[in-house]
Amino acid sequence: MKRFGALLLFPLAGLLSGCDLVVLAPAGDVAAQQRDLLVVSTLLMLIIIVPVMALTVFFAWRYRQSNAAATYAPDWDHSTKLELVIWAAPLLIIICLGALTWLGTHLLDPYRRIDRIEPGQPVTQNHKPLRVEVVALDWKWLFIYPDYGIASVNELAAPVNQPIDFRITSSAVMNSFYIPALAGQIYAMPGMETKLHAVINQAGTYSGFSANYSGAGFSGMRFAFHGMSDDAFGQWVAQTRTASAKLDRDSYLDLEKPSENEPVRHYASVDPDLYGAILNLCVERGKMCMSEMMSIDAKGGLGLAGVRNTLPLQYDKVARRGAIFGNDPSYVASICTAEEAAAVSRASREDWPTYWPAKNLSPLRGAGLLRPGTESRSAEADTPSFGLLRREL
Amino acid sequence: MPDTLTKFIFGRLSWDSLPLHEPIVVATFIAVALGGIALLGAITYFKLWTYLWREWFTSVDHKKIGIMYMVLGLVMLLRGFSDAIMMRLQQAIAFNGSEGYLNSHHYDQIFTAHGVIMIFFVAMPFVTGLMNFVVPLQIGARDVSFPFLNNFSFWMTVGGAVLVMASLFVGEFARTGWLAYPPLSGIGYSPDVGVDYYIWALQVAGVGTTLSGINLICTIIKMRAPGMTMMRMPVFTWTSLCTNVLIVASFPVLTAVLAMLSLDRYVGTNFFTNDFGGNPMMYVNLIWIWGHPEVYILILPLFGVFSEVTSTFSGKRLFGYTSMVYATVVITILSYLVWLHHFFTMGSGASVNSFFGITTMIISIPTGAKIFNWLFTMYRGRIRFELPMMWTVAFMLTFTVGGMTGVLLAVPPADFVLHNSLFLIAHFHNVIIGGVLFGLFAGIAYWWPKAFGFKLDPFWGKVSFWCWVVGFWFAFMPLYILGLMGVTRRMRVFDDPSLQIWFVIAAFGAVLIAAGIAAFLVQIFVSIRRREALTDPTGDPWDGRTLEWSTSSPPPAYNFAFTPVVRDNDAWWDMKKAGYVRPLSGFKPIHMPSNTGTGIILAGFSVTLGFAMIWYIWWLAALSFVCLIATAIGHTFNYVRDFHIPAGEVTRTEEARTSLLAAQG
Repeated sequence: MKRFGALLLFPLAGLLSGCDLVVLAPAGDVAAQQRDLLVVSTLLMLIIIVPVMALTVFFAWRYRQSNAAATYAPDWDHSTKLELVIWAAPLLIIICLGALTWLGTHLLDPYRRIDRIEPGQPVTQNHKPLRVEVVALDWKWLFIYPDYGIASVNELAAPVNQPIDFRITSSAVMNSFYIPALAGQIYAMPGMETKLHAVINQAGTYSGFSANYSGAGFSGMRFAFHGMSDDAFGQWVAQTRTASAKLDRDSYLDLEKPSENEPVRHYASVDPDLYGAILNLCVERGKMCMSEMMSIDAKGGLGLAGVRNTLPLQYDKVARRGAIFGNDPSYVASICTAEEAAAVSRASREDWPTYWPAKNLSPLRGAGLLRPGTESRSAEADTPSFGLLRREL
Repeated sequence: MPDTLTKFIFGRLSWDSLPLHEPIVVATFIAVALGGIALLGAITYFKLWTYLWREWFTSVDHKKIGIMYMVLGLVMLLRGFSDAIMMRLQQAIAFNGSEGYLNSHHYDQIFTAHGVIMIFFVAMPFVTGLMNFVVPLQIGARDVSFPFLNNFSFWMTVGGAVLVMASLFVGEFARTGWLAYPPLSGIGYSPDVGVDYYIWALQVAGVGTTLSGINLICTIIKMRAPGMTMMRMPVFTWTSLCTNVLIVASFPVLTAVLAMLSLDRYVGTNFFTNDFGGNPMMYVNLIWIWGHPEVYILILPLFGVFSEVTSTFSGKRLFGYTSMVYATVVITILSYLVWLHHFFTMGSGASVNSFFGITTMIISIPTGAKIFNWLFTMYRGRIRFELPMMWTVAFMLTFTVGGMTGVLLAVPPADFVLHNSLFLIAHFHNVIIGGVLFGLFAGIAYWWPKAFGFKLDPFWGKVSFWCWVVGFWFAFMPLYILGLMGVTRRMRVFDDPSLQIWFVIAAFGAVLIAAGIAAFLVQIFVSIRRREALTDPTGDPWDGRTLEWSTSSPPPAYNFAFTPVVRDNDAWWDMKKAGYVRPLSGFKPIHMPSNTGTGIILAGFSVTLGFAMIWYIWWLAALSFVCLIATAIGHTFNYVRDFHIPAGEVTRTEEARTSLLAAQG
């Protein structure tokens, strides 16, 4: 069996040499460090795994029933020394691995700026990072280059040996942004931003894709990542600028609609606010941005008036549907001024005269309670938090 | 009929809901329907309905319920495996521009169903069934603490399985992956019935699992034979206790998170939506706070099986019983502190990631200690390589590899390059097949003679063993390599032709596993045919060490005529050595619980309720809910819940065994 096993390894080695183990042979320094950690961890664990497997086979063979020569000790069930060894040996390995993990996790934190281009070459003042804003769409990737004012779909380019600073979000569902040759992956999630810092050290074309299932078109959600020399990258930027298409809010909303196996597209210019609007789920005009909502909430919120600040969704964003017993599809309207906010509140009261406002419930919610020693309530007592907002404005 | 009336009666169910446009599903349906009709016809022809209803469906006997759980697991294994082999075939051929033979609508359901079925309706019933059958026998009890609840739990699990199976032919299953992350599983992106099937199947089955967990904890805490202190419990009972503690502590989290997802889907709340302050990451956290303990729920009882098997077939006391117990308890506690390792890549900070990475690695210490304990149990033993022991050695060699890749994935920077890749898929199949499934086969081969009074046929068992073990390595080693090539999971088509050879090898492995499953079925069939030759009249075919081997095979309804008294953690071994003599007279009437059909009726209403909610048939949902509550309340007025087996009948049963044993000499 053993001899045959060795023979079987030859075709295996042949097969392995024919394939591209990109995770073990990446072209970016971050991925290379991750690979090193992977290999070191494996070797550390093999220190204990190999003896265990060998002992299993050896004991199974040595103490087989037919081997009468082997010692038989049916009541031997305890040995303090052995117990110490079997708990201490894995513990020591885990202490080493734990230390390695703590260091490696902090050093290779994707949110941390890289401090070297490759071994022996630290990042200096001269290395200006390339900023790329990544948006996972159903089912394609949008890359925005804020420094150049251009964008591309399903194609990413970067100059070699220059730090790349990715900001990543998603338009609809969760995806994971992964270029194995460059660096580890990080999720792309709607309404949230993740970061990745990396560098590519060898020119070439590498594949990138979503590593988290995101629906029907998931398999085709792939893009080419080009590591280029500075000149070639300059040409790529210049060529992209000659594209006829421009990316503004309207064309983005068009692009955002689900589609599969999209070809590469280039955009000569990009609305500079677009990425922020995508991240805050407010590309559609009139919709309140999440950042805006959060800052209002941080100041105490709009109280009950805010609850009514939803408007029916006229258009059908992808396929948003209301729940069967829930509201119709709706969105939170953007509020620019206190007057607008009051108007929204008034409008909603007219919609629902018998219900709203039956009485002032805001003290129950703790919002807008009077501070001790202040005078009686002002006229806008039933929309107390506007006061907060107005003071701010 | 006016449209509104149709809508009222049938909700969103219509002729279009039947997947008549999917030829594969239609062919499956025809095959299942013909098979089902043949089975029902055979039951009717042989007049077995009364027998099945009286002796099995309404039975509150923990042994019969345990066996029914195993049957459920086996049936669902066939379904789950069909999904697996369809995936393997699709991935092996979808190259060079070929779309394969499955469109994304179908393929995405298949991988979701495969995961859900294998975890919830194969592994869970198998594990629960084994615990149900063995634990009361091992602790010298006559049944579980709440026999009716046990029957009800079983039928609720079946109810969940029925809903999953129904989704194959009526409507569709979820296309979200087995954990149904929102926003993809929200109403906005999955408006169809698939996710609703998922939710209701898991909720119905979850009730059963939680209740069965409570039941077994009570049984183990309260019903041990006199003298069996906690530190004299057999290791399988210990691991079962820990598993059920995990079930009771973690399944409510699953219930809660699925309830919140249902609220999002049905009444428009915003727990996990993108808009209106919802937070999908909260779902991911909550589902893994259940999901990680779930992994240990599955593996712990099998660790117990391996302990029993190693010690029995080495003819030796288990090495390091105390450290084995502490290792189990440590794993139980630590399993709650590691959930975040399932999403290192979602942007938590380095310190958080390191914390969860290191806690995960720490679990490998008690697990490693267990492996060493089995190893030193074999040391200086007299190992009989019967089937259960073969599975155990295969487990030790396979599981260590899976454990190693698991610790590797716990290193966050390594996880960043391997997360969601086929390396991960290979890892968890390595531990679930190499650990849970190998353990189940060991357990089935080990306790089969106890359940039925005859051994399983060793030849076909060995065929199945080798097909499974070799098939496993062929099916999953290529996936490790593909993972290192940067191939991610759940892909339907590929454009890099150099990957194809690995998928072909993996598909070949899956075919070998199919042969392993077939050989297992043949083994059962052949064993039943040859039961006279394989018979075991002693009740102790393996020279066992724990109490279940002290009674007859199959055990009488009351398990033990007299409750045994325990002096050692290998109670039966100790009794045998001390020259235990079976009592032959002085039998007393035995107090036993009565059978009841309430469990199956309640589960039936639950399935109807789930089905009605899935299809928005509100009148039916309301009606079945009212019936459900009314039946449950009605059952509390059933005072005919117990009876006594008369002393005469006990005497007859025991005398029959005496003469059988005497015939053995």
